[in-house]
Amino acid sequence: MTAVTPLAGYLLVAALLFAIGLAGALVRRNAIMVLIGIELMLNAANLNLIAFWRFGPHPEALTGMMFAIFSIAVAAAEAAVGLGLVIAIYRHTNAAELDKIDRMKG
Amino acid sequence: MSPIFYLLAALTLAGGLATVLLKHLVHAALAVTIAFAGLALLFLQLDAQFAGFAQILVYIGAVAILIVFAILLTHGADLPKEGVFSKTWLVGLIIAAGVFAVLGWAVLASVSAVPQQNTMPAVTVHDIGNALVGRYVLPLEIVALLLTAATIGAVIVAMHEKERPR
Repeated sequence: MTAVTPLAGYLLVAALLFAIGLAGALVRRNAIMVLIGIELMLNAANLNLIAFWRFGPHPEALTGMMFAIFSIAVAAAEAAVGLGLVIAIYRHTNAAELDKIDRMKG
Repeated sequence: MSPIFYLLAALTLAGGLATVLLKHLVHAALAVTIAFAGLALLFLQLDAQFAGFAQILVYIGAVAILIVFAILLTHGADLPKEGVFSKTWLVGLIIAAGVFAVLGWAVLASVSAVPQQNTMPAVTVHDIGNALVGRYVLPLEIVALLLTAATIGAVIVAMHEKERPR
C-alpha cells in the first residue's frame, strides 16, 4: 500500500463530504436541511474541480478554476430560488417537513 | 501530505457531520458555515486564492445568511414532535455509504494518467480577469443572465400569494 498522493487525499475528502451531504439530503425531514445537503454536495464537487486544476498538467489554462467559479455562481442562484420555494410552500401548507407535503392539489 | 491539510480536512468534515446530525436547524446552519469556511481554507491551501475568497464571500456571506433567514421565516427553529429524521433514514444512510464506497474505491484504485504537478501554478487575479472577459466571456454572460433570472424568479416565487376563490 503506497502513501496517498495529495490529489487522492483531496479527492477522498471531497468524496466523504459528498456522501455526508447526500446523507443529509436523504435523511432529514426539513426541506431547508435538504437544500443544505445539496449545497454541501455542490461544494464537494468544487473541491474536486480545484484539486484537479491544481495537480493537473496545465494549471495556466484555468479550466478547473473557471468551472469552480461558475459553479459557485450557479449554486448561489440555486440557493436563492430553492429557499424562496421553501418559503412559498411553507406559506401555502404551513409545513416545511417534506413528508407532510404530499398533495399535488393546491 | 502536510499536517495543515489533515487539520483543514478534519474541520470541514466535522462541520459537515455536525450539520447532518445536529437536531436544531439554527445549530445546523452554524455548522454548515464552519464546513464552508473549512472548504475556503482548503481552496487557499490549493493555491486557488480567487476561488477561496469567492467561496467566503458567496457561501459564508450570502448563502449562510439566506439559510438563516429561511429558517426563521418557516419557524424552523422549533423542533418538530415527530423528530428531525425521516422514517426511511436507514435507506438514505445505506445509499450515502454506498456512494462513498464507490467513490473511494474509484479514487484509490485508479492510477493517475497524468504526471502530478507539484509546482505552485503562477496564476494571478489579473490572469483570471483576462480569462473571464476573453476566453470565458460567453459563460460569464450566461451566468449574468441566470443570476438576473434567479433574482426575479426568487422574488416572484416568494411574493405574497393573492387571495383566490377555492
